[in-house]
Amino acid sequence: MSAMEAKAAVSPARHSTLGLSDQDVLEMYYYIALARALDERLWVLQRAGKAMFVISGPGHEGCQVAAMWPMDKKRDWLVPFYRSIAACLVKGMTVRDILLGLFARAEDPSSGGRQMPGHYGHPRVKILSTSSPVGTQYPHATGIAYAAKLRKTGEVTMTAVGEGGTSQGDVHEAMNWAGIYKLPVIFIVENNEYAISVPLHKQVAGGSVAARAVGYGFPGVTTDGADVLECYRVAKEAYERAKRGDGPTLLEFRVVRLGSHSSDDQQERYRPKEEIEADRRRDPLRVFGAYLESVGLLTEAKKKEIADRVKREINEATDSADESPLPEPESAARYVFFEGD
Amino acid sequence: MPELRYIDAINQAHHEEFARDERVVVLGEDVGRKGGVFGATTGLLDKYGEGRVIDSPLAESSIAGVAIGMAANGLLPIAEFQFADFIHPAFNQIVSEAARMRYRSNNAFGCPVVFRTPYGGAHGTALYHSQSIEAFYAHVPGIKVVVPSTPADAKGLLKAAVRDPDPVMFLEHKRMYRIVKGDVPEGDHVVPIGPAVVRREGTDVSVFAYGWMLYEALGVAEQLAPDGISVEVVDVRTLVPLDKGTILKSVAKTSRALVIYEDNRFCGYGAEIAALIAEEAFYDLDAPVRRLAGPDVPGIPFSKPLEEWFFIDRAKIASAIRALAGL
Repeated sequence: MSAMEAKAAVSPARHSTLGLSDQDVLEMYYYIALARALDERLWVLQRAGKAMFVISGPGHEGCQVAAMWPMDKKRDWLVPFYRSIAACLVKGMTVRDILLGLFARAEDPSSGGRQMPGHYGHPRVKILSTSSPVGTQYPHATGIAYAAKLRKTGEVTMTAVGEGGTSQGDVHEAMNWAGIYKLPVIFIVENNEYAISVPLHKQVAGGSVAARAVGYGFPGVTTDGADVLECYRVAKEAYERAKRGDGPTLLEFRVVRLGSHSSDDQQERYRPKEEIEADRRRDPLRVFGAYLESVGLLTEAKKKEIADRVKREINEATDSADESPLPEPESAARYVFFEGD
Repeated sequence: MPELRYIDAINQAHHEEFARDERVVVLGEDVGRKGGVFGATTGLLDKYGEGRVIDSPLAESSIAGVAIGMAANGLLPIAEFQFADFIHPAFNQIVSEAARMRYRSNNAFGCPVVFRTPYGGAHGTALYHSQSIEAFYAHVPGIKVVVPSTPADAKGLLKAAVRDPDPVMFLEHKRMYRIVKGDVPEGDHVVPIGPAVVRREGTDVSVFAYGWMLYEALGVAEQLAPDGISVEVVDVRTLVPLDKGTILKSVAKTSRALVIYEDNRFCGYGAEIAALIAEEAFYDLDAPVRRLAGPDVPGIPFSKPLEEWFFIDRAKIASAIRALAGL
């Protein structure tokens, strides 16, 4: 027995000390793997000419799954952004839902094929509809949280934006409001150090988004987005704080962007090769997988079981979504206004 | 029927809707303790408390954005913008978010928010307390635009706006607040959003107007009657959706149309009414459709002679009607 194994044998695994069961962490791993594999499928389909456009979040999945984990999937709200694919899956959107959006089919629950892919929304699982201008969702989350507090519903609202989006006035205004009224909202910033091509040092004065929370009178925490368990720990704390009525928390997850901004971008044109390579070492799927292996949970058999499950789900969903009909042209005139129940 | 000032009718509508439905909230700058800079929300804070009567931070984009979120989670917000001139930071939230919410979600989410704001020039209001903004929003599908011209309509249309499942831009010409008085039905007086109304019957010229311009047009119609000029005055009052039928019917009757709006002439809302008449009532016309509108300068200047140069007063309206009537 090595020293490390001996230590593991006597002290509880890190996830157990956080109150996560073995099943929890394996399920979290499954969602990260699912989101990643789905992401890859989206790109393949786009490159194969089956879809117009992809915008996704490879490298962001770990913090998204971790942050969603403490939430009540039925009761709480998610106000996502275009990289929130993993968060939306945990919240209750299906792989098929996301592929219906990619193919712009009539059944697409986010928009019926009206919006570009990646503009998530789902009334049944309380994911608010998303637009393309960045940062506008932050005040929406504040408003939802205000209504929750006034109506005493106990709902917690989580929203997310990239570090580029934090330059928007709306992001400041939303956090200022939420701080004043101590609202049950969690503000997430997924900082991958690039807003398309503009690097962090030209985006965030002072270098830290989390530091800005001090000015709003609530905690701001910076966490390594590859450390899924630490992301979970800070998210759970933020969630409990919101539930207690103590107000918002700003969580800045330092993540890697393992791909280009979107299918219309080539990051090799503005990022050094070595940097892109180095980012792979901070891939949450890999880092979290290594942890689960180290505690003996992710055996080769388990890994294969999860990979097979993911592959099967994505294949089935791809076929099913692809068979789903396109919207009728005349339907484009509908729902400018309410048309009756 | 009690006679109320325009502003009091607005205030009464707030009180009645607050009492009727506890989902109704108001948010905006100074709407709480002060009751709004014009007094529209007077008395609400004491009656309904800080939870529903919300003094917002001085940040218009989030007044709109937070209201959109509130509406998504079951409230019926009335978002007050202190002056229409200051609503521009909220343009993105209103246009990209509120107006598109239902369409972009394929009817999954609605956005029942009322965006209320005082617009238009009064004496001494200068460039930044006088703007007319209706054309910006009337251009955007997905948001209704309402401009009540009487105290009764101010009450009734505001109540309809609060109950509407879609976003409504509710514009109040600030000059009317204390000057314009009128009979206001007591109780649950709701005026549906949509129909225009003929305020004065006439046979020689149809005048189409809304807000303060409507009020001035009625005054001029009265003045011209002894000269044998019979002016029909149509209160457009709902800019979106537009009541085409009432407009076309009036043109068919008088064969002469004058559209009056205080906003800058170029691409102003009245151009849409003029285009409608030109397209659909061309053979009814005995003369080209005319517009009387604000000059194309960036704002109403402050100094009295400059301001008078800008304003569409009764003399300008009278001469436009006379020219069109050929009398």
